[in-house]
Amino acid sequence: MAQIRIEYLRKSFDQFTAVEGSTFTIDDGTFFALLGPSGCGKTTTLRMIAGLELPTEGKILLDGEDVTFHRAAARDIAFVFQLFALYPHMNVGQNIGFPLKCQGMARHEIRERVQETARMLRIEHLLSSKTAKLSGGDRQRVALGRAMVRRPKAFLMDEPLGALDAEFRHLMCGELRDLHDRIKATTVYVTHDQLEAMSMADQIAIMNKGRVEQIGTPQEVYDRPACMFVADFIGSPSMNFLHFEGGLRSGDRAINFHDTRLAVPEIREDRASAALALGVRPEHIRFADAGSVRGEVFGAEYLGTTQIVTIDTAYGRVAARLPSSASVRIGETVGLEFNSDRLSLFDAGSGLAIRTAREEGMRHG
Amino acid sequence: MTAAVARSTAHSIVDASPRIKAFAGALVILYALITILPLLWIVATAFKSQSDAIAYPPKVIFEPTLEGYVNLFTVRTRQTPDFIAKLPPPETWYDKLVRKHDMVIAGPSKVVPRFVNSLIIGFGSTFLAVFLGTLAAYAFSRFRIPLADDLLFFILSTRMMPPVAVAIPIYLMYRQLNLTDTRLGMILLYTAVNVSLAVWLLKGFIDEIPREYEEAALVDGYTRLQALRKVVLPQAVTGIAATAIFCLIFSWNEYAFAVLLTSGEAQTMPPFIPFIIGEGGQDWPAVAAATTLFVVPIVMFTVLLRKHLLRGITFGAMRK
Repeated sequence: MAQIRIEYLRKSFDQFTAVEGSTFTIDDGTFFALLGPSGCGKTTTLRMIAGLELPTEGKILLDGEDVTFHRAAARDIAFVFQLFALYPHMNVGQNIGFPLKCQGMARHEIRERVQETARMLRIEHLLSSKTAKLSGGDRQRVALGRAMVRRPKAFLMDEPLGALDAEFRHLMCGELRDLHDRIKATTVYVTHDQLEAMSMADQIAIMNKGRVEQIGTPQEVYDRPACMFVADFIGSPSMNFLHFEGGLRSGDRAINFHDTRLAVPEIREDRASAALALGVRPEHIRFADAGSVRGEVFGAEYLGTTQIVTIDTAYGRVAARLPSSASVRIGETVGLEFNSDRLSLFDAGSGLAIRTAREEGMRHG
Repeated sequence: MTAAVARSTAHSIVDASPRIKAFAGALVILYALITILPLLWIVATAFKSQSDAIAYPPKVIFEPTLEGYVNLFTVRTRQTPDFIAKLPPPETWYDKLVRKHDMVIAGPSKVVPRFVNSLIIGFGSTFLAVFLGTLAAYAFSRFRIPLADDLLFFILSTRMMPPVAVAIPIYLMYRQLNLTDTRLGMILLYTAVNVSLAVWLLKGFIDEIPREYEEAALVDGYTRLQALRKVVLPQAVTGIAATAIFCLIFSWNEYAFAVLLTSGEAQTMPPFIPFIIGEGGQDWPAVAAATTLFVVPIVMFTVLLRKHLLRGITFGAMRK
């Protein structure tokens, strides 16, 4: 198992820069998710770690060893592809044993290792089947088996659950995490699905336009987003941004939001008057008759235990997550109250979070 | 509900009525007859005597003889009946057959070396064209090659005129290089003509093979070349088979260059067959025998690869 360190990694294709100078360390045994919208450079980063793509600049270190320009095969890592990439001309057992065959391992040894891997994934009964006949989940297990059988230093997974249907994806999420807990291998997992990343990863790096915007535990990136992009990307429905103008003073516990005072976590930096945004998660909004922000209910989505209510306010449309027992009538005017110690503040110009008591210990990407 | 579904499928265009199926079957058989008939006629002519072959009205029922094949494989000289009477009795059945016409066998004809030439040049150039074509197509399909589109167009442009249009420059070039009437020269020429077709066809096929397969192999420990050989090629078999058949058919049938550039050593079957001269004109049964033998290898090759061919022709159409 290994630690992976990325230093100032950059990759450009002709005019287009896919990855822009990111630096981070993935600790040994970590389940690390690279999360971001499509085209953010997450897959390119992963392919550079794998050696399928050469970086334009920067370094990749595996356990301290510089492998930036090593051949993929020389890096001792395994890659799981979104489309599984099972060889159609081989059966399941041959597919799993293929990496060992590449290394020239003795046949009986290969058989043992394949058996052991298949046992771990509970696909022993499939070893002699053709890959074309397998279900999506079984294909995924075979692809995992092919990655595991070599006992590589690290696993790299490129949206491995992307080709599965939603129900099954959830099951495989659990299986993957369980597998990780058992074999404790460093895993880099690329996905655009925040739920997958949040539910499985120890650490999440959120990428946007080739840059790593924030790295942290799922809780950190959700509770203390480093910038408006992360705040918006993580969470469904995403964070509400209420724009306002104003200055901030370190030590303040309230802000002048338009005509009213709103309590916020203690501010830790001074700001001259500028365009700011107040970030409010939908679940931190309550209906309160005395609420200073008022609006008209636009619609409600019933989700079982909760409902998402959208409210048109003077500062834009706001989504609130309310208990489904709350009675909501479309068109009625309501007052909103925010959970003051869970609010975030952003500089609307740069998009960066403003330091408050909540953000202590947060890492910028 | 299920009944309604069943009824709707019964009326779908996929499921033809028995009468339509019978009609379609009849059409196919008719078409097969039309295409196979000339071939059958040639095969039959090879077993006719010279007079039966040119008889009018044509003879469908005739007494089969191997004269055509014997004439094809031998060179004969006419002798006086006295001379033949003085000879020891014929040793073989074909000696006997020839003497009936007051002739004796003087030696083997050139058909065997010509046939060998055709095999070597046809399969040699096909192998080379497919080999080079596969490598080039793989490179065009997978790597970022500067000016790739221009290069591909350049390769295609070699097909934009009939190859014979450049026959004279090629003849002059070959004379300078001493390549006229050599097998090597013919292999190179046919390879050059075929390679553009091979690159374009195979690029289409290789484009359709997901890169992930070879990338998986690269990560698992193969070099690029091993990945190409062990992972990409097995999946491109269909395309390679289809391409090989197209290339072989071209170089096997090629006539114009063969007439121009070969006369002795490297002559292939196409220019040889029309000049099988009998006594007092074309020896049609011998020509038919040569044609029959000439068709056999290509039929065998196509039959061997046919299960790949159908898929190969319908799938993997070029796309950009």
